[in-house]
Amino acid sequence: MNRHSPTRRTGFVLAMAAAVALVATGCSPAATNSAIDATAPAKLTGTVSFWHFFSDREAKVVQSVVDDFEKANPGVKVDVHSGQDDEKLQKAIAAGNSVDVGLSYSTDIVGNFCSSGAFRDLGPYITRDKVDLTQFSRTVRSYTEYKGTRCSMPVLADDYGLYYNKKLLAAAGYSEPPKTLGELEKMAIALTTYIADGSIKTLGFNPMMGFYENAASHFGPLAGATWLKKNGNSAIGGDPAWTELMKWQKGFVDAIGYDKLNTFTSGLGQEFSADNAFQTGQVAMNLDGEYRTAFIDDQTPNLEYGTAPLPTADDHTALYGGGYITGNIAGISKGAKNPEAAWALLKYLTTDTGAIVKLSNGLKNVPTTSAALSSPDLEVTPQFKTFLDIAANEHSGTTPPSPVGAGYQQSFEDYWHKYQSGSGSGLAAGLAKVDKDIDASIALTAGP
Amino acid sequence: MTTTTAARPAVRRRPRRWAVLGMLAPAILGLLIFFVYPLIASVYYSFTRFDLVSAPQWIGLRNYVYLFTQDPNVWQAAGNTLWFVGILVPVRIVTALGVAWLLVRAKKASGFWRTLFYLPALVPPVAAVVAFVFLFNPGTGPVNLILKAVGIHGPLWFNDPAWSKPSLLLLGVWVLGDVMIIFLASLLDVPQELYEAASLDGAKSWQKGWYVTLPAIVPVLVFSVVTGVIAALQYFTEAAVASSVASGRATVGEGGGATLGYPDNSLLTYTEWLYVRGFSNYQLGYASALAVVLFVVASVVLLVLLRRVRAFTPEEAS
Repeated sequence: MNRHSPTRRTGFVLAMAAAVALVATGCSPAATNSAIDATAPAKLTGTVSFWHFFSDREAKVVQSVVDDFEKANPGVKVDVHSGQDDEKLQKAIAAGNSVDVGLSYSTDIVGNFCSSGAFRDLGPYITRDKVDLTQFSRTVRSYTEYKGTRCSMPVLADDYGLYYNKKLLAAAGYSEPPKTLGELEKMAIALTTYIADGSIKTLGFNPMMGFYENAASHFGPLAGATWLKKNGNSAIGGDPAWTELMKWQKGFVDAIGYDKLNTFTSGLGQEFSADNAFQTGQVAMNLDGEYRTAFIDDQTPNLEYGTAPLPTADDHTALYGGGYITGNIAGISKGAKNPEAAWALLKYLTTDTGAIVKLSNGLKNVPTTSAALSSPDLEVTPQFKTFLDIAANEHSGTTPPSPVGAGYQQSFEDYWHKYQSGSGSGLAAGLAKVDKDIDASIALTAGP
Repeated sequence: MTTTTAARPAVRRRPRRWAVLGMLAPAILGLLIFFVYPLIASVYYSFTRFDLVSAPQWIGLRNYVYLFTQDPNVWQAAGNTLWFVGILVPVRIVTALGVAWLLVRAKKASGFWRTLFYLPALVPPVAAVVAFVFLFNPGTGPVNLILKAVGIHGPLWFNDPAWSKPSLLLLGVWVLGDVMIIFLASLLDVPQELYEAASLDGAKSWQKGWYVTLPAIVPVLVFSVVTGVIAALQYFTEAAVASSVASGRATVGEGGGATLGYPDNSLLTYTEWLYVRGFSNYQLGYASALAVVLFVVASVVLLVLLRRVRAFTPEEAS
């Protein structure tokens, strides 16, 4: 048989044409937002598909609030899909699966989900129902919108502060936590103990970038450091605040010794286990989120500890009291089958004081509305109170949404890791390269 | 050469052809849907700006230009992957062949030894990596404690960029049972008469190995190299789990991109980087370009390998 017979060639061409047609049409996104009713429906009906990432005990807390919503809206049934991370959420929305409300653990998705339209613009609903956005702090408002488009609402927040072991501090003669990074280093070195062979036994504070929650994003507000310029390009290299933070951190690492710290750090337990180094007393002071209070209550209830805002850079003492804020966010998917009921659920989860307080008490995260923050029903321990204060502090900061998610943060941290080990280039040149890399990556996604 | 088979009538042949096509249809459909379509889709998306949700925008060669000239991590990721291809694959094959060669000669308790060397291959990869990170923990792991007891200051293993890949190499050698068992079967399959004939001809031990054993197991050797190279080009799970566990931030579901590559991107493989760009940075178009380049590289490597060994078939060698 002729290897290039017309029949065979035609078949091949048809197969290729079919495949290309599939490519061109099969993955095209579904239709987006449609106009909304002038007034909110008096009675809601139908099913809402609600995807969130929580599991086990935390999923039960979320379910209890969903049950309350269903009781208040008898015509609505909420179909809950728990344990769905951002990747699954993104794929489900892209594939046109039934997702009405999606809840994510990361504010890093906001830039992409807003710009791609994966989450709808909530502006029309907010305007129509006169939702007061000033009930959220400026920082919280900033991480739930992208370039003026509000496509998500804050569910609960994570605030970061300093945990300190009262016993270990008292043994070294300290009664108060440090307020500047200089004080932190001095106290940490005094608190660090060694065994006979010179290796670390107890560490005052672990300065290693990448250790547990030691991330550039969490350090940034301590010096008021900025990530991105207004045009979306990187501001890291041009902001002396980052240089100050990095030099302090590297100096601290060098004061103890990179290898010594690395050996000690590698022997510590996993962050989200009962062997967490702060909980076991191997680290006297630690940077962590408010959720740690729940872990300590559950796993090491006898630990005598206090919490405080993170110390500020020595040249930025006026910022004391603030910290890094991020949190869970939720939005209505572009393919939502029942957007009115979805909006009702979203509004309930994010603005109803009773619902927010119940979620906060159950999940041990910080509420995001001013009413919930001051609610008498909010269960507040002295340690948890610190994080409520950080949430309300004007100097608290966050990471800006970007179309590349957390990609710009990772580029910076990649360099910071090299820098702390001594293998990075000179700081100014290194940061200039970081800027260049971030700008190129954002341009690839956002276009020229 | 002439054939004695008579041609069947065309009338009979046509229904038979449809029957064959009918039986092949599920496989062909599967091939079209799960191989041809994704392949063509990937190539198309590699020329677009695509975030999976909004419509792809055609941007020509921009993804490829970025890949080869601007991506800050792609060369390091490619270099790490090539390290696994160039070091892990040959070391695993040579060691597995050596172990199989020894096991063939084991006269006593051969079953026990064969089981012992095969057992690690039964351990799920994730569990094996977690166990290795624990064993090689610089501060508390048994390996460094033993080394310390004999006066040796052990390295930081998975926590040191210079040692992280060799640490995974040790793991790869430990779980060589799958390759070893294939070599064992092929070595046992070499006809004894050939060895006897070689002995009669006065062949020495190494000559028997070179002229008898090696040609006989060439097909198995080729199979092992090809599958090993392909697996190494797609190396992901072991590196990802090692990074995650060694960094102390092992979490389920949240922020995987932050720990991939730890320490200092020394374990960042090409496929991990592809995953990060696609699903953490939402750059599916660029991730498709990375996938296409990987496909082309794997295809070229495979073609070169197969062409190189074509002259080394048992017939040629003999």
